[in-house]
Amino acid sequence: MLMFEKALTGSRRYWLWVTCLLLVALAGFLCYLRQLAHGLVITGLSRDVTWGLYIAQFTFFVGVAASAVTVVVPYYLHDCKQFARLTILGELLAVSAVTMSGLFIFVDLGQPARILNVVLHPQPQSVMFWDMIALSGYFLINTVIAMGTLHAGHEHASPPGWIKSLAIVSIPWAISIHTVTAFLYSGLPGRTYWLTAILAPRFLASAFSSGPALLILLCVAMRKLTAFDVGREAIHKLAVIVTYATAINIFFILTEVFTALYSEIPAHEENFEYLFIGLGGDYHLVPWMWFSFLLCLIALTLLLVPRWRSNVRLLVIACLCIFVSIWIDKGLGLIIGGLVPSPLGAITRYAPTLPEWTIVCGIWAIGALMTTAFYKITFSIWEEH
Amino acid sequence: MNDRPFILGGLLVFVVFVTAPIWHGVAARQVALAPLELKLPAQEKHCVAPVSYMRTSHMRLLDEWRTEVVRNQQRQYTAYDGKVYEMNLTRTCLSGCHGSQKEFCDRCHSYNGAAALNCWNCHSDAPLAARNAP
Amino acid sequence: MKVTRKQFLQLSGLSLIAVTARKLVRGAANSTATESPKTIRWGMAIDVQKCRRKEGCNGCIKACHSTHNVPQFGDQAREVKWTWKQPFEDVFPFAQTQYTREVFADAPVLLMCNHCDDPPCQDVCPVDATWRTDEGVVTIDWHRCIGCRYCMAACPYGSRSFNWQDPRPAIPTVNPDFPTRTRGVVEKCNFCEERLAKRLPPVCVEACEEKALIFGDLEQADSEIRKVLHARFAVQRKPELGAGPSVYYLI
Repeated sequence: MLMFEKALTGSRRYWLWVTCLLLVALAGFLCYLRQLAHGLVITGLSRDVTWGLYIAQFTFFVGVAASAVTVVVPYYLHDCKQFARLTILGELLAVSAVTMSGLFIFVDLGQPARILNVVLHPQPQSVMFWDMIALSGYFLINTVIAMGTLHAGHEHASPPGWIKSLAIVSIPWAISIHTVTAFLYSGLPGRTYWLTAILAPRFLASAFSSGPALLILLCVAMRKLTAFDVGREAIHKLAVIVTYATAINIFFILTEVFTALYSEIPAHEENFEYLFIGLGGDYHLVPWMWFSFLLCLIALTLLLVPRWRSNVRLLVIACLCIFVSIWIDKGLGLIIGGLVPSPLGAITRYAPTLPEWTIVCGIWAIGALMTTAFYKITFSIWEEH
Repeated sequence: MNDRPFILGGLLVFVVFVTAPIWHGVAARQVALAPLELKLPAQEKHCVAPVSYMRTSHMRLLDEWRTEVVRNQQRQYTAYDGKVYEMNLTRTCLSGCHGSQKEFCDRCHSYNGAAALNCWNCHSDAPLAARNAP
Repeated sequence: MKVTRKQFLQLSGLSLIAVTARKLVRGAANSTATESPKTIRWGMAIDVQKCRRKEGCNGCIKACHSTHNVPQFGDQAREVKWTWKQPFEDVFPFAQTQYTREVFADAPVLLMCNHCDDPPCQDVCPVDATWRTDEGVVTIDWHRCIGCRYCMAACPYGSRSFNWQDPRPAIPTVNPDFPTRTRGVVEKCNFCEERLAKRLPPVCVEACEEKALIFGDLEQADSEIRKVLHARFAVQRKPELGAGPSVYYLI
């Protein structure tokens, strides 16, 4: 039923890619063993900046997972036939992304062996409890939908009716996973950068911008490397979704900037000042944040003009730009911006260490491996037709 | 493609893997199994619970003590014989009766390979000086 | 006896309901249990004037850290501290005017966990490893903590520290009377809960030579702390956040 044997046959290029990913995953795993032995001291985290690259990646990839809804809604609710081949890719990407998010949480824990305490001693007043429920449920829903769809495709039959019901359930669920992730941050009284109602809408907008952008990039890659083509129509419709989401995301960011800077309340201004101008002698994030903003503007410009949006090469550049831009802004920008200055006004510099980066790359490699295997299976089933 | 060597090879690896505890036990059986002598405390005549219970369930007792102290802030334990003890691993169990981790706990846990003890990552192994303190 | 599938399911369902009902009844009985004794709410008042009399005085910090086996890592970014001092302008940045700053900016203020009445750290902990006891002490169960550091993000006062590595090598002298912690868990001031159980004051209060720390039961109208809060104006850190801290500062 899992059809994994389809992922075990491939060209030399395929196996080269898989081997590279396995090597990176191995490197990450070895670094993680070192972290288990020595503790999180091998990362760049500190008493003031207690969350960093790991949690940043977790937040970002929950967004990518939630973005499956941008292909599910048109296909299942609005009968958008052009998304016929695309939807399964979006759902499979969601499975990989949720797995990556879970792994990022796991490697961030100080006592990972006790992780089952979250299940053994449930705390409904903690948002993290609901996050665990939401993410596990989303993983299950999408896995079942994907397996059902692939199995039906393998049998040359149309997918059974319950898949559509599950897919419709996955729509509010996808919104929930990212809202609950935003609620992790936006309910904390001591962190002014995060204590904003617009954080959840911002998360969703950036998710619907970066997730489909990644999906477009993957589809273009599939088209180049294999005979699997989701179709021009599908990619262009997806590009329109990315355009709207990017525009809304930029708008949300600007509303945040306005409130903080116009009110001139120091507690609100400080975080933006630290990120975009520098504070207390620490400027190391400033070029990154402006780079992110620049990429965002480039992406929006390329996406807004229909002639440019329908040019695949320019679309790829736009998607890369928006993906990297949001990766910076919603990743380290969000986390560090919330934690610096500390509650006592301290500016502590955070820079991920090499072992930290290696573990992160290892988890990226695992996600890429999963996506590769899933897409290979999909392609093989399609090829049989 | 002839899969037989892979299947047989895989099966062999599996059998070796699943019987590993047996090999490990055989390899570890170099030590002559001398009878285990546990030095019992001189001052106390009775344990905090019947010896038979302590033999089988001392971890459960310690777990209950832990819950009472940490979660309910209760530190007094009335034993089956009416005596009241303070629920404290270092002060009551070690300083009061059993000496130290090496003298007592490890004797059994190392001898029969019972669960590894990680109490001592945090709780103090009672130093000699404190042992005779009230 | 042949049991049909329907009978089996009915029996299982009834058993499940019975077990759950028993648990619920037990739970309800326990919660509406015996008479509740008069509540205690431990609090501390810190006299900033008395505290700054002796330059560089840190007897309270030394007493706390040595009693509780707090590791000294020597790495300021990853230090573990239960109580420490910071300048007035860091602690009360918005309680200053241009003119008070001239006098007060550098005055050292003793900081520790505020043992809030409605602690944000308790709300966010996913495993119930930190909670407020009946006596108003916010405590940590170091056996349960998974080291997610959500409580550290939630604390509006920056009171908590994390063990990024094994603390044992960094403890100057281990006090066998108090456990050390393991790496990967969060720790903070515990109001000397183990001493409060014996109705002894916290070690910092005892160690202070200037008698700048007043500790007591905030629920008792005639306690020393209530008297001093009645006599002098006290401020708290970030009271607008609604966490309800139990530490007061007599300026």
